[in-house]
Amino acid sequence: MAVLELDSVSKHFGAIEALNNVSLKIEPGEVVGLVGDNGAGKSTLVKIIAGNFHQSAGKLQIDGKVEMLSSPSDARRKGIEIVYQDLALADNLTAAANIFLGREVTSRFGILDYKAMYKRAGELFAELKSETRPRDIVRRMSGGQRQAVAIARTRLSNPKIVLMDEPTAAISVRQVAEVLNLIRRLKDQKIAVILISHRIPDIFAVCDRLVVLRRGGKVADKRIDATSPEEVTGLITGAIREA
Amino acid sequence: MSTDSTLAAVIDKQTNKGFIAWMVSRQVFWIFLATILAFIYLSIATKTFMTPQNLFNVTRNFSLVAIIAVGMTVVIIAGGIDLTVGATLLMAAMVTGVSMAADMPLWQAVILAILASGAVGLANGLLIAVAGMPPFVITLGMMSIVRSLALVLSNNKLISDFGPDQDLLYSIGGGSQYIDFSFLQFILPQAHVIPIPNPVLFMVVVALITGFLLRWTQWGRWVFAIGGNEKAAILTGVPVKTIKVSVYMYVALCAGLSGFLEIGWLGTVTANQGFGRELIVIAASVIGGANLVGGIGTAFGAVVGSALIEVIRNSLTLLGINSFWQGTFVGGFIILAVSFDRLRNKDTSE
Repeated sequence: MAVLELDSVSKHFGAIEALNNVSLKIEPGEVVGLVGDNGAGKSTLVKIIAGNFHQSAGKLQIDGKVEMLSSPSDARRKGIEIVYQDLALADNLTAAANIFLGREVTSRFGILDYKAMYKRAGELFAELKSETRPRDIVRRMSGGQRQAVAIARTRLSNPKIVLMDEPTAAISVRQVAEVLNLIRRLKDQKIAVILISHRIPDIFAVCDRLVVLRRGGKVADKRIDATSPEEVTGLITGAIREA
Repeated sequence: MSTDSTLAAVIDKQTNKGFIAWMVSRQVFWIFLATILAFIYLSIATKTFMTPQNLFNVTRNFSLVAIIAVGMTVVIIAGGIDLTVGATLLMAAMVTGVSMAADMPLWQAVILAILASGAVGLANGLLIAVAGMPPFVITLGMMSIVRSLALVLSNNKLISDFGPDQDLLYSIGGGSQYIDFSFLQFILPQAHVIPIPNPVLFMVVVALITGFLLRWTQWGRWVFAIGGNEKAAILTGVPVKTIKVSVYMYVALCAGLSGFLEIGWLGTVTANQGFGRELIVIAASVIGGANLVGGIGTAFGAVVGSALIEVIRNSLTLLGINSFWQGTFVGGFIILAVSFDRLRNKDTSE
C-alpha cells in the first residue's frame, strides 16, 4: 500500500494556479526525485505535503487514510519529517543537542538526560553509517556531517516519509556522495524519501523514480531506468512536452 | 558487545583534545587569570587591598553588579539585550522604599518589588517576543519609561525612613554572615572565620541556580538554541516566544533583587540609583565571555567579568590613580575580550 498518495491535488493563490491536478503515489522505502524549474510548483507541492499549505482541491492520503495536515507539527505527528534546505541547525550546540532540539529527553525532575541523548544520537549515526560524533559542536562540522545531523533528527520519531529540500545544493563533491549514502540508509529502513534537487546526476544516483513538474502540472512520472538525463532536462525546460 | 563498546568509544570522542586545551580555549579562563593576577599584584603593591574591610567592600560592590550580569548573560545567550536593568533596579528599590516608608512590613514590600520588576520584564518580553520588535530599541525606550515612572512614584523625595522593618531591611542588604574558612588553611594559613556580605551569598545562589538551569534543563537548552538559530528553534517546535519572555523576566527579577539589596546597604533610595548600571552589567557579561551575537555565555563568566571590573575600579583608587582612568581600563578589557573571541574563531573556522 502506498505510504503517501496525492489525488488530483491543486493549489491556487487567487488567480494564480501554482499546482494543477497533480497525482502522486509513493511506496515505503521508495526514493522519489522531484524536479522542475523555478516556479514549476515544486515548493508548493512540498509545502502541501509538509503541512504549510492546504490544497485548494484534491486529497492527500497517508497509509491509505485521508488526512488534513493543519500545520508542520501536525504533519510531523502523522509521520512526515522535513530536512530543510538550510538544515535548521543551531551552530552553537552539539550534534546530539540538535537532534533532540524541542524533544529533549529528561528525567523525572525535568533534568536533561545527557547520557541517554548521547547514546541514542550515537546509535542513529551508527545506523546512518556516519562518522559524526554526538558531542561535536555543529559549527565545526562539514556540510556532509551537518546533513547527517539533520537526517538523524528526522529518524528520531520513526517517520514514514522524509522530505529533503535541495540537500546537495551547497556542498562539496565528496560530501554529496556522503549525503546520497545517507538517503540509501533511509531507504534501507523502509522510509520513503522525496528528494527535491536541481542536480540531475544526484537524482539518477539515488532515486527509484522521478517526477517532473512544469508550470504547476506533472509532465512525467517515470522509473529512473526508463529515462535519461537528456530526456529529464528536456522535460524540465519544456523541449519535450510530456513523457 | 563489540558494537556497544565501539559505540561508546564514538560517543566519548570529543573535538577538544584534553582538559588543558579546553581550558585555554575559554575566554573566561583568561579573564579569571587576569583577575587573580590583579589580585596578587594589588595585595603586594598596596597595604590596603588585602585588608578585610576593603575585601568586604569589593566583594559586596561586585556582587550587586554580578547578580544582574548573570541574568543579562541569559538574555544575551538568547540573542537579546536589556538596557532597562538600571531603571528596573531603581523601580524595585523605589517600590520597596515607598511601601516600607508607608509602614508596610518588609515581606509585603518585597512582594510588591518582585511584582514591579517582573512587570517590567514581562512588558519587555511581550514587546520583543510577541510584537517582534528589536530588543535594543524596546529596552532603550523602556529604560526611559521605567526610570521616569519610578521618579513619579517617589514624588521627588529622598527616602531614608523605612518604617518598622527598617532594621531588617538594613541587615539583609548591608549585613554579613560569618563563615568558617579554616578548612582552607592547608593553602591559605590565614584562613579563618570571616564575614561574607549578604549580597555575595545572594550572588552565589543566583549564579548557581542560573548555571544549573542553563546546563541541566530544557529551558536552558532552548535559551541557547534560540540564540544560536532562532528559526531552527521555531521549526523544531521550541516555544520561542514563551522562552524569550521568560529571559527578560529573569533579568528583571535579578535587577530587582540587586536594587533591593542595594538600598539595605546604602540606607536610602535616591533618584539616580542604578543610573548607567546597564552598561557596567553588559560590560561584565561580555568580558565574561557572553557573545552579543547570541548562543554563547556562562553564569560563571558573568561573575568573573563583574569581579574583574570591580577589581580594576578598586585598584585605581588604591594605587592613587585618577579614577577618570577607570573607563579606559574597563573599555580596554571589553575590546580585549572581543578580540580574543575573534582570534579564537580564526583558529577554528575553516
